[in-house]
Amino acid sequence: MSFLRLDQVSVGFTRYDGLIRQREFRILEGLSFGVDRGELVALIGASGGGKSLLAHAIFGILPSNAVVGGRIHVDGTTLDAPLRQRYCGRRMALVPQSLSHLDPMTRCRKQIAWAGQRAGHRLNAVSIESLLARYGLDDQAANAFPHQLSGGMARRMMMAIAAVGDPDLIVADEPTSGLDGENSANVLAHLREQADCGKAVLLITHSLSEALAFADRVAVMKGGRLESIEAASDFAGGGEALRSPFARALWTALPQNAFSAGGAIC
Amino acid sequence: MTSNWPLFVTLRIVRLAFLLAAVAVVAFMLAKMSPVDPVQAYLGPAIAKVGPEQQDLIAQKWGLDQPPLTQFGKWLGNVAQGDLGMSMTYNEPVVDVLAKRVRASLPLMAMAWLLSGLLGFALGVTAGAMADTWVDRIIRTYAYVLASTPTFWLAIVLLVVFSVGLAWTPVCCAAPIGVLPEDVTVLERLHHLILPLIALTVLGVAQITLHTRAKMIEIMQSDFALYARAQGASLADVAIRHGARNTALPAITVLFASLGELFGGSVLAEQVFAYPGLGRAAVQAGVSGDVPLLLAVALCLTVFVSVGNTIADILYHVVDPRIGATHDMEIRP
Repeated sequence: MSFLRLDQVSVGFTRYDGLIRQREFRILEGLSFGVDRGELVALIGASGGGKSLLAHAIFGILPSNAVVGGRIHVDGTTLDAPLRQRYCGRRMALVPQSLSHLDPMTRCRKQIAWAGQRAGHRLNAVSIESLLARYGLDDQAANAFPHQLSGGMARRMMMAIAAVGDPDLIVADEPTSGLDGENSANVLAHLREQADCGKAVLLITHSLSEALAFADRVAVMKGGRLESIEAASDFAGGGEALRSPFARALWTALPQNAFSAGGAIC
Repeated sequence: MTSNWPLFVTLRIVRLAFLLAAVAVVAFMLAKMSPVDPVQAYLGPAIAKVGPEQQDLIAQKWGLDQPPLTQFGKWLGNVAQGDLGMSMTYNEPVVDVLAKRVRASLPLMAMAWLLSGLLGFALGVTAGAMADTWVDRIIRTYAYVLASTPTFWLAIVLLVVFSVGLAWTPVCCAAPIGVLPEDVTVLERLHHLILPLIALTVLGVAQITLHTRAKMIEIMQSDFALYARAQGASLADVAIRHGARNTALPAITVLFASLGELFGGSVLAEQVFAYPGLGRAAVQAGVSGDVPLLLAVALCLTVFVSVGNTIADILYHVVDPRIGATHDMEIRP
């Protein structure tokens, strides 16, 4: 059984429709797929399509007017509030999307130490140093405030923070947005390494071309629904092995495949 | 490490000097234009016994017959040398009156300021972290009620309840009546300080609470607070480590910027409790037309308030790593 399993997960927001009646606006609908240990699954969808909401739903940090439907299972158990409180930071960790997820007034070293405490580890200077070294970060980066880090450094810093509790599941929310090719590859290679170490990794991204080289499977989203789940190796040639026409259209639309717009997108 | 600290502080001091000069001009002009006649104020009821010729003589001796510009120049020259003139109401040099009054007011205002800051901050952080729960509602209601309570009214209510009704606290003054100043014990001083202190503190709390609460709610919804939750942090953890740290700066700024209001509050509170502080001296000077004292209080207050604002400004630069002045100071191996 998959380590992380989504069972008909939906995310919506309630809004007032008129004065009294509340209506739910569904953004994600009926998502069902799993991520195994040792596997990197890429969730691909258009920007602004609500992919990040799924990450926030797993970690329970959606705004209060959000409604989450379906079930999320972690290691065979349904994730509810008490279990989430126990698992967050320890068994499952989030790599957030942007620099704004680091406290602007606190040096990175301290934020790592806090993440450690939250995961139940007391980190000393040496263990912080060796953790950072794994992500190519030095002492200077540790003593910096978040705004002093470059985009790539910030992303690696957040990956280091996620790795503090040695989690079994890593959810990376758009970890390559705003990075150049080299930095993106670096970040994704780190995630791949985690998967190879036996962790379950869910990579949420809008960039199919970047994800393919590192992912085992690709979950393709279209308009808030799961279109299909494809093996990464099936994105080859003309995409004949792909199960859904939408995935094939995405594949053939990539620059290296001559930008073919296809006819089947909508 | 290049730093523009000295420049920053120098600019502030220059600005303060300009401000003081401007306040001096305006205050002097207002005093000149007011119906207060220094000779009449000096003589009081005795004016009936002094003829117009003698009054003119006094005016001449004080230089009141000279053009206002000359008078102003003379006064400014004296002030620059540290001579603020004589207070007519207290029959003492203004400098001595101010020194005595500041000594009485300082503990009251400093303690009220600190207490309202600490209390307001704690309440604001709690309310903001637990926004829209009953705890938040109670704190918010309390703050709104306090914010709309007039100082003098609260002071009178405190007097009626604790001094008159329960007789726990003295009715007036800074020390027991009929006791020599050197015989007053610290305990007695504190006993007399309690009610004015409560009145001032309670009023200062509301502002800091509401400001802190608003900022706190914003921070609790920020990306980094959410990320902390995703790391498994408890509400208290997020509220203290991220919330309180990030709201401390705006709270301190509001606290320093509210020094002017604190003084305004102390004028009223000292009046009601007959507490012999700076605020009461200002009222006395105004009522009895004591121009030198009034002008000195105005200058004193200007320094007080603008130093407060300057400290708030400097703090912003010291504490927030993202703001200019210390920008290049942090990355250190």
